[in-house]
Amino acid sequence: MFLKDLCELNGVSGNEKAIREYIIEHIKDKVDLYRIDKIGNLIVEKKGSSANLPRVLVCAHMDEVGLLITDITSEGYLKFQPIGGIDSRILLSKKVTCGSSNIPGIIGSKAIHLLKPEERKQSLSIEELYIDVGSTSKEETEQIVKLGHYVTFSSQFERLGSELFKAKALDNRVGCAMTMEILDGKYDCDLIAAFTVQEEIGLRGSKVISNYIDADLAIVLEATEAADLKEKNQEEWIVEVGKGPACSLMDSATIYKPELITKVVATARKHNISLQFRKGTAAANDAGNIHQASKGIPTITISVPCRNIHSFSSLIAESDYENCLKLVKAILGEMSLFCPKNIKN
Amino acid sequence: MSSLKPLDYELLKQLTQKFGPSGNEIEVADFIIKQVKTIADSVQIDPLGNLIIRKRGNGTKIMIACHMDEVGIMVTHIDDQGYLYFVPVGGLRGPDLIAKRIIFKNKRIGVVCRERKKRAEDKSTGKIFIDIGVTSEAEARSIVTEGDMATLVGDFQETESHIISKALDNRIGCFLALEIFKQIHCESDLFFTFTVQEEVGARGAKTAASTIQPDLALIIDTTISYDTPNERNRTSLGHGVAIKVMDRSIVVSPKIKNWMADISSQKNIPFQWEIITTGGTDSGPVHLTQGGIPTGGIAIPVRYLHTANEIVTKTDMQSAYNLLLELLLNPYKEWQ
Repeated sequence: MFLKDLCELNGVSGNEKAIREYIIEHIKDKVDLYRIDKIGNLIVEKKGSSANLPRVLVCAHMDEVGLLITDITSEGYLKFQPIGGIDSRILLSKKVTCGSSNIPGIIGSKAIHLLKPEERKQSLSIEELYIDVGSTSKEETEQIVKLGHYVTFSSQFERLGSELFKAKALDNRVGCAMTMEILDGKYDCDLIAAFTVQEEIGLRGSKVISNYIDADLAIVLEATEAADLKEKNQEEWIVEVGKGPACSLMDSATIYKPELITKVVATARKHNISLQFRKGTAAANDAGNIHQASKGIPTITISVPCRNIHSFSSLIAESDYENCLKLVKAILGEMSLFCPKNIKN
Repeated sequence: MSSLKPLDYELLKQLTQKFGPSGNEIEVADFIIKQVKTIADSVQIDPLGNLIIRKRGNGTKIMIACHMDEVGIMVTHIDDQGYLYFVPVGGLRGPDLIAKRIIFKNKRIGVVCRERKKRAEDKSTGKIFIDIGVTSEAEARSIVTEGDMATLVGDFQETESHIISKALDNRIGCFLALEIFKQIHCESDLFFTFTVQEEVGARGAKTAASTIQPDLALIIDTTISYDTPNERNRTSLGHGVAIKVMDRSIVVSPKIKNWMADISSQKNIPFQWEIITTGGTDSGPVHLTQGGIPTGGIAIPVRYLHTANEIVTKTDMQSAYNLLLELLLNPYKEWQ
């Protein structure tokens, strides 16, 4: 299962090699061409069955959030900084893996016994946390971990209940896995798939892509934050897990064209796929760069709703993943609806 | 001063009342196309929605850009009683909208309200929502859906000297560009560019500039008038057209701004400098396009920007019109 494999591989922003190699290994025989650009984006092309049809870009970022080692203390503990948006409160006492040899470590802190009453009410900042790799000296730690090494959340992909998957990095290995499955199919239109790097630290990979990519339609595949939580009011839920793929309306980098949204809604209805809107408008994704590429590329974002995003235990519904994939395949089959001007025959 | 044609404020009135929040500018674009289609050499809408109207010439390729969009709101949630929750689109703050009317594309009016506090001592301010005068979710859904945008309601009021309306930012720019388009005869190859999505970060101008690749770009936009109480020191209403020096997205080349100021002085057009440290405009992404595009900015001072009641003087608009016309007739030539 692509999704399981991808989630369990490590690929913090700037270090996406393992993800890229896995993708190449599994798609290379199904596509016409693939190449890696200088920043590390993987670009794949698959020709359509008929000429004169639009070119569609499907885009998913490969990177996940994580940590980076910035210091080794005299006692042999590791200090770190976050890569991407991380809430320091989720880190405490969790297991991580450090460096390319996946050295296990535990994010440590004072035990409850040692905390003063006022300290118990506070959450710890990143600066107060450290990673314990079981070493007893700086020298011993330096043998196995170096400054600049990446740290990844340690978390297995597993089922939770009958409906949900739990894993780290579901943002955005769901996008990568769906794109891989899409590349397995056959379409009329020319397909370009872009697996981008460094999305989590400011859409950097897609910025490079926007310098050279040419497409008539772009579909960005993402995982998006579900806030269907007990303590929240319904108007703050953004998306709900289990209610189908989410079509973005607006985020901090993109206003999605109303006429394209209408077409997504129509396609979902036609294929009997339940669809929701992404009601939140905070955060951004690669669409921000792609829709402004060259002369402008009409862009949509379709996401799988994900609880506890950017954590060790992100949750998605299997049905949302399946329906999201089904919807994107349906869109790829409706090119006369999505790109009528580009249908030349 | 040359060609003192009185401006047709009826055209400005119609432009301000068109519906055009960022990403939904098509009504404005259609209206503009109707005004010029018989006299334009070409009319093009790019994939992002920018409208590019060309007046061919053999000389310098000049992009005259003004944005069509206005600030607004977008519906994100419809509750079980039919109330709408929303986010701002562009520089609008929810609390400023309370008790104001907003209007959807389908002309439906809504009123912006605040949730009542549950207890008197509750310190948190309630969330802000829109009431469109319905009593159920189903009824609301027959009128609006998530993703629908609305703009402020702000009628056009004209006095002898001033105009009050919504969306003067930046239908004034569109208006002046249209008025110039109808008048201008010059050597230069002119691309009148009506851009989309300026209010959310000058997104349309970026793609338009890469499409056109002009030799020179002139951006027409409104600017904050700092002559309200306690702020009497910078760009002010009635003191003439403002020539852009800098904003957060551009520092204008001295050669360009001096060329603009020199033409102003020669033609007796009153001008002031625009120097702001907040907010960017279309000039930002445009001047960074390709290998860099020489870019200047013409700004019209407006009070109470991004409200239903923006105020502008007719003399400032006339100065801006005169300056733009003269700039096009005497284009910038010192490329080095």
